[in-house]
Amino acid sequence: MKYSHEWLRAFVAHDMHAHELRELMTAHVATVDAMTRLRAELAPIVVARVVEAGRHPNSDHLWLTRVDDGSGALLEVVCGAPNVSVGTLYPFARTGTTLPAGVTIEQRKIRGVTSHGMLCSARELELGDDQNGIMALDVDVAPGTPLLEAMPLGDVCYEVDVLPNRPDLLSHLGMARELSALTGIPWRTPEELRGPPGAPSAVQAPFDGITGDVRVAIDDADGCPRYMGAIFRGVRVGPSPEWLVRRLAAIGLRSISNVVDITNYVLHGFGQPMHAFDMARLAGPAVIIRRARAGESLVTLDGVTRTLTPDMTVIADAERAVAVAGVMGGRDSEVTSATTDVFLEVAYFSPPNVRSTRRTLGLSTDASYRFERGIDPNITPIALDFAARLIRKLTGGRIHDTPIDVGEAPLPMAPVTVRPLRVAQLLGDKVPAAETRRLIESVGFKVRPVDAHRFEVAPPSWRNDVSRESDIVEEVARLRGYDRLPDTLRPARPGVVPDHPLYLVRQRVRDRLVALGYLEAVPLPFVAASDATHVRVANPLNESEPHLRRSVLETLSARAEHNLSRLQRDVRLFEVGSVFLPTQSDLPDEWMHVGALAMGLRQPSHFTAPNAAMIDEWDAKGLAFEIVEAAFPGVTADLTPVTPGDSRLWEIRLRGSAEPIGDVRRLALDKPVWAAEAFGVEIALSRMPSEFIAAPGEHARGATPNEPAPAPVRSKPLPVTPPAEFDLAFVVPGDVPAATVEAVIARNGGELLERLELFDLYEGAGVPPGHRSLAWRLTFRDPSRTLRDKEIEGRRQRIIRALDQELGVKPRTS
Amino acid sequence: MTLAEFIAACDALRADAEREVAAASSIEEWTEVRNQLVGRKSGRLTQLMGHVPSLPPEERRAAGQAVNALKTVVDALLDSREGALLAIRNDGRPRDLSLPARRTWKGARHPVSIVVDDIVGIFRGLGFTVALGPEAEWAWYNFGALNFPPNHPAMDMHDTLYLKGDALLRTHTSPVQIRTLQQYEPPIRILAPGNVYRNDMFDTTHAPVFSQLEGMVVDEGVSFADLKATLTHFAKHMFGEGTRSRFVPSYFPFTEPSAQVEVSVDFNDGRGPRWIEIMGSGLMHPAVLEAVGLDSERYTGWAFGMGPGRIAMARYGIPDIRLLYDSDVRFLEQFA
Repeated sequence: MKYSHEWLRAFVAHDMHAHELRELMTAHVATVDAMTRLRAELAPIVVARVVEAGRHPNSDHLWLTRVDDGSGALLEVVCGAPNVSVGTLYPFARTGTTLPAGVTIEQRKIRGVTSHGMLCSARELELGDDQNGIMALDVDVAPGTPLLEAMPLGDVCYEVDVLPNRPDLLSHLGMARELSALTGIPWRTPEELRGPPGAPSAVQAPFDGITGDVRVAIDDADGCPRYMGAIFRGVRVGPSPEWLVRRLAAIGLRSISNVVDITNYVLHGFGQPMHAFDMARLAGPAVIIRRARAGESLVTLDGVTRTLTPDMTVIADAERAVAVAGVMGGRDSEVTSATTDVFLEVAYFSPPNVRSTRRTLGLSTDASYRFERGIDPNITPIALDFAARLIRKLTGGRIHDTPIDVGEAPLPMAPVTVRPLRVAQLLGDKVPAAETRRLIESVGFKVRPVDAHRFEVAPPSWRNDVSRESDIVEEVARLRGYDRLPDTLRPARPGVVPDHPLYLVRQRVRDRLVALGYLEAVPLPFVAASDATHVRVANPLNESEPHLRRSVLETLSARAEHNLSRLQRDVRLFEVGSVFLPTQSDLPDEWMHVGALAMGLRQPSHFTAPNAAMIDEWDAKGLAFEIVEAAFPGVTADLTPVTPGDSRLWEIRLRGSAEPIGDVRRLALDKPVWAAEAFGVEIALSRMPSEFIAAPGEHARGATPNEPAPAPVRSKPLPVTPPAEFDLAFVVPGDVPAATVEAVIARNGGELLERLELFDLYEGAGVPPGHRSLAWRLTFRDPSRTLRDKEIEGRRQRIIRALDQELGVKPRTS
Repeated sequence: MTLAEFIAACDALRADAEREVAAASSIEEWTEVRNQLVGRKSGRLTQLMGHVPSLPPEERRAAGQAVNALKTVVDALLDSREGALLAIRNDGRPRDLSLPARRTWKGARHPVSIVVDDIVGIFRGLGFTVALGPEAEWAWYNFGALNFPPNHPAMDMHDTLYLKGDALLRTHTSPVQIRTLQQYEPPIRILAPGNVYRNDMFDTTHAPVFSQLEGMVVDEGVSFADLKATLTHFAKHMFGEGTRSRFVPSYFPFTEPSAQVEVSVDFNDGRGPRWIEIMGSGLMHPAVLEAVGLDSERYTGWAFGMGPGRIAMARYGIPDIRLLYDSDVRFLEQFA
């Protein structure tokens, strides 16, 4: 909402500077997002009096004048305007002044006479198109007074973020009421509206009635609880006076014609949207407020043909719709320069109807914006009266017959009980009851003490946002000022909610991956996939990516491709985030996953290793272990190879569990030839519960116990006896997995086998084709004594025997 | 061993050390010499020092002085030779230590995560814990329980992404308030960081998914002054001791009174201190407490919500929000 400083001053005669007003509004009412000074470029122009004027000695169309600009000396000024007259005040640009168009006035000789400045026309000051010479000023100020002080030409436009619960602020009157309350300066009717009433009291009618010869009927009382109409005859449509143009221009509105400008003035001045119809274009003549008929259409003022639906309220004449109620009028019945008789609509349209109509039509207007938030139901007759005064004054139009007032405005909000003590408790400050009362009365609430501790507080008609005591607490807080509240930390009881276990897991996993050189990414979770596998967003942002991801790697892969397109070949990204799986329910199953992607050099390049190794599947496999160790302390990961033909390489399980929690895979990226292979690890950390905790309105009362924290890892004593080590190499057929051999070794090594490490893999000369030589280092240790050679040798023989018997695998001899 | 013999042994060792250290021609040989001389168990000097206590008490002082002097000399010999050896490579040519280091890849938290961690850290000091909730939510948790009247213009602030039926992608982290309140009895002091979704176009300042961080306190006797005190404390710790904060009227369906918190921060970007809006806050609306079956006369609460992404952009001078999502490694590496 835009407010003009001068327009507000027309309501409240304060003497604050713009920045003071801005602070005041922001601190107590609503944030001022922007402040624009209008006509600031006129600041150097002063008012000056022409004290002498005579013909220029060397010209027959120029004047030589002597001008009093308040500086003490009279200045010689050459002037070409035909209307210069002695004793009159004019705007004057001293030498050195820059005019709005950018021209700087300099001391210069005109036909042999030096001119010290310039008397200005309205056009030169960009104040209008008046061609009749310099701008005579009808003001009573001393010469030398800045023009902007002498005349209300300068203004400041405030753009205020009016919150959705305060539709009462959507007018200058609304903000002026607040300023009056905050400054203590009484509210007044703006000067331009003072004078005798413009319209007689309206005739009330429950459903329909007649004004002049127009029948006004409400068929749709849901959409339109109240409709006032008045007829004006003898209207002369034409340009608006300068003050009205200026009022509207200050808030960014263009002047259209006096009649339209009056309706805009009342809308922005008092928050009552109104519409003027050309009487001659209303069939009947009748005005019927009804639902649109199926298939009905209307060309609105903006020239667009609108298809109406039966859930929309329209204004119709005897034949057809002529306006969409509360949104926009129709072009056919628009007021034009030919209009002489006007039917003025001043109504209350109900918020939900206007809102849904506006949405369906995709057409938001100043009127719909106010109606859908709720206008002051009691402003309607006042607004009609003010409009009538202006129509008479500015267009010569006279009201014809008594206006009609059909239906009934909604009642103001019911009174609420307020306990001043509770107000003070909730604010945490000693606010006396009398202050609470004074503050809320200052913005129009009626306060009636019920007993020593309670007030009954009746909201004014324009406040449709107040229904509980807490709403009054807010009024007291903001009017008194949040700045005045104390801000000392007080002791507080510790909370009973433990940290969410998944938060702790996420932090550990993230810290581990960062330490390993991975970069945390936050890709958007939207992907293009199939409804069969993925959850679809009903109203996606982008039709090309309408699904939610079911794995983190889906989105990280796209991010890796983005990096490749920027010629980044070393990419290590990870994210811990939500993924979504379709279910039978409306709500998907949500899991917290960690995904990590790696490609490119294993380490930053270094001159010692010009042909450095690339990240391969073994790095990815190791990464899986790292993540599991960080996520599930004390639990061992088992990685099972996946049948060839799958892009997955290993499935990941927690030891002792049959369910895989993730996998390590090769990623098929859309990548250039120079890019290395990409690998990914994806692990499900936990399901994120999303069921109802308790029914709406209810509390679980301890029914959902907290997840127990995992038991901490116990430390083991360090060995005090020496280890015994030996190596074993075997010739293993290609179809026997190393893990199978290793399992046999481990089983036959016995309890004292502390460590088993595959340290060599060899294929080639000396090893039969189709075979591999695999070598392990075995470390044995007895925690209580030193092992004897004989014992070690016995185990060695047992392992060799078992491998021969179980797998036919023999030691490597060469 | 007499004192005279001890002194003689010291002198002999000194001569040997001078010769042997000088003879070491590689760092490996040097290590061997070093171990023979001053090794912790069998070094000759070490053993000589071990003899001191076996001398008669009146001679120990002189012996100690002699052997300590020898130790100083031997250490200096070793250090000097080690330095000389390190300066050349094994092939005898000079070693260039100005060559670049071998580094490992730099990992980094996302800039928004860094901000979230900082915020959580400050509130942890005030006894807050971290709660999480699902991103795919029921409309009741996202709107209904939070006092959003059906079809109210306030919903314009939340252009929502819907899934099926009553399921949607949460538009704020406030559903975690409701889940926590339904599950636990006050006193409650929680933070809820997480992703939220809006039907917003992706441009330089808006993203359809972004990080939000919610905080909530519910107990008996909690007041707006507590909210103001806590959030003022937070602002000073987050943005610096001299940070000024101000509370201005605002509106949210689930708080009443509501206030927007603005802080005056100098981000050292040459523009000087300026007011930035960092969060919305307010006393919890009694209707919210009633929606979860709590007595709104007995309990009161306050809550706030802020956007760590906006703070990260201001703090790190990030000009375009899309940089946060693009995952360009050259951007992410800057936060290592």
